[in-house]
Amino acid sequence: MITTQKVLNGKFSLEMHTFGTGGEPLLFIHGAGGLMPMEPYLEELGKTFKVYAPQFPGYGESTGNEHIDDIGDAVCFFHELMDELGIPTAHIVGHSMGGMLAAEVAAFDVHRAKKLVLIAPAGFWIDEHPIADLFATDLTQIAPLLFHDPNSPAAQMMTAIPTDFKVLETMYVERVKRFATASKFLWPIPDRGLKKRAYRIAAPTLLLWGDDDKLIPPAYAKEFTSRIKNCKLELIKNAGHMVMYEQQEALVGAITKFLKG
Amino acid sequence: MKFTWFHLMPYRFLPEDFKDKYRSVWVDIPRDLYDPKVGHRLYNDYLDQLEYADSMGFDGLGVNEHHQNAYGLMPSPNIMAASLSRRTRNANLVVLGNSIALYNPPIRVAEEFAMLDVISGGRLIAGFPVGTSMDTNFCYGEVPATIREKYYEAHELIMKAWKARDVFSFNGKYTKLRYVNLWPKPIQQPHPPVWIPGGGSVETYDFCADHDYQYSFLSYFGYIAGKKVSDGYWEVMAKKGKELNPYSLGFAQVVAVSETDEQAEKDYSPHMDYFYNRCLHVYQGFADAPGYRTVKTIKAGLLGQVGERAALARQDLKWKDFVDQGYIIAGSPKTVRERLREAMKSLNCGHLMILQQIGSMPPELVRKNTNLFATEVMPHMRDLWSEFQDRWSPKRDMKDVAMPGPVYFEKAGTNGAARAAAAASTEVRVGK
Repeated sequence: MITTQKVLNGKFSLEMHTFGTGGEPLLFIHGAGGLMPMEPYLEELGKTFKVYAPQFPGYGESTGNEHIDDIGDAVCFFHELMDELGIPTAHIVGHSMGGMLAAEVAAFDVHRAKKLVLIAPAGFWIDEHPIADLFATDLTQIAPLLFHDPNSPAAQMMTAIPTDFKVLETMYVERVKRFATASKFLWPIPDRGLKKRAYRIAAPTLLLWGDDDKLIPPAYAKEFTSRIKNCKLELIKNAGHMVMYEQQEALVGAITKFLKG
Repeated sequence: MKFTWFHLMPYRFLPEDFKDKYRSVWVDIPRDLYDPKVGHRLYNDYLDQLEYADSMGFDGLGVNEHHQNAYGLMPSPNIMAASLSRRTRNANLVVLGNSIALYNPPIRVAEEFAMLDVISGGRLIAGFPVGTSMDTNFCYGEVPATIREKYYEAHELIMKAWKARDVFSFNGKYTKLRYVNLWPKPIQQPHPPVWIPGGGSVETYDFCADHDYQYSFLSYFGYIAGKKVSDGYWEVMAKKGKELNPYSLGFAQVVAVSETDEQAEKDYSPHMDYFYNRCLHVYQGFADAPGYRTVKTIKAGLLGQVGERAALARQDLKWKDFVDQGYIIAGSPKTVRERLREAMKSLNCGHLMILQQIGSMPPELVRKNTNLFATEVMPHMRDLWSEFQDRWSPKRDMKDVAMPGPVYFEKAGTNGAARAAAAASTEVRVGK
């Protein structure tokens, strides 16, 4: 992984993570939690693709969050970023909130996504299947919500609460920054009108979902499959919302097969 | 020294095992726990208590806004203030306040406050809180990241609407209005005094200092814990070269007066327990939506007042601890006089928001508490800060104040002649 700071349009300074050196370009859009310092599944994807994974403005070292209020602003941001990176068309992969944004990027301008992969994407609301309130979930209760097996080493590592106060404060402040940004798209209900635009998505689309996702249940898949012309669903076994940490091999395998196919 | 008799209007009958059985008094408290027939009694009791405080010579009557909350039954404080505007004569109506970012368009607040000011003959004090995270983000769905920006814009619109002499257009980010034209406008010109209730966000100090507003710290933790916030406020005021006038600071404090210190414990201890252990039982996840407080405030280490972390701080407190740690100023009139004077001096505070009904306190005890305070404490504290001028209260310069007509309870249509005669005898007098 290489981390660089990229300036965009005088408004944004982006913490850009890139993985791999060759292969077709792939833009990865992260979820509400943002990118972690190490992302092994992106390293894996980097063996086949040239992966561009920016921290969204407001996350980590990325600035310019004040220029983005809503979906329209976010989509413009990604379109501009792709142009600036010299990849006006690319494979686009997004997880959770990032899946929602990826779908919007592909719906607003149908020429942007070569192929689209949505991993447990947000963007819809079904009264019968209310999405759990991530924002009101205390740190101590977050592991069972996000993981199939909250006791697994991956889940424990991801949700550990530091005992050192300084470290805890730093983590808390960063979490507040990230979730505050996410709240622009997800608060209080993560429906910002994708239902009006999803039909426009022209790229072949793969929908990946952990079969035990307790945050956004797989029941939401039909909102995508019923609207996107060329969209297929693959459930990943023994995975919760954080599919990539629980079933990395299955996930990377499915993405690679779909994008290379 | 001035005194605003403040009511939170709690539901007094939460079950004994409330804390163990339910996760929060706020946001998602079960509806079944509210009995509207009991609620009828409570609202009327509480309005009686505020009216009684007016008759006992308090300077202001305080009400505030909360949503989906069992310790604060005023989703609309303006309805309470409207009722009080007709049934009281002297006290200022301290509405602390309307969470202005929640109203669409916020001009609604400018209108309703103007109505209250006009009905009451210029007795309104206008409070503009951001509102708690529970109220604004969780109950009313406001995006945490933008609530403050929306609040500042709403404030700009309301103040402009109050001050403007002509119709104007307002092209805000959150509110766009082609014709802003306030009818009615307030009696107090250009606008009623503005008080900003805060819970310790550092930005609010600057906001008050820059606009010459009164800052009201609505704490439930008492004057000892509150000193950290008042010190922060005065530091900002000093840095900006503002007058350190105690009347520019308000502070909420629970006060319980009885014949003796021992009797005070007997009278009030169970109600304190009810307040701190049932009323303030708020689920941690609702205490502070990400983005509601700024990073600057988080780093200043000012923890919120509610939530499990705050609850931990007081879980084993007994009456003596509540008194010793200043959560409550309680005891004989003499004790209360001494502690309260010490408290107000240490905070440099000129406006006390006094909480005399707390938790499950029944009406007769509220009356006793209020009466003892008004007769045995308040007169002895009036001299405090007499060297300062209170620029944050209504001036009350209206010569001719309209009085409500007499109230008739006869059945409609049975005594038309008497009603007509009464109406004729109480015609509205219009002052020049």
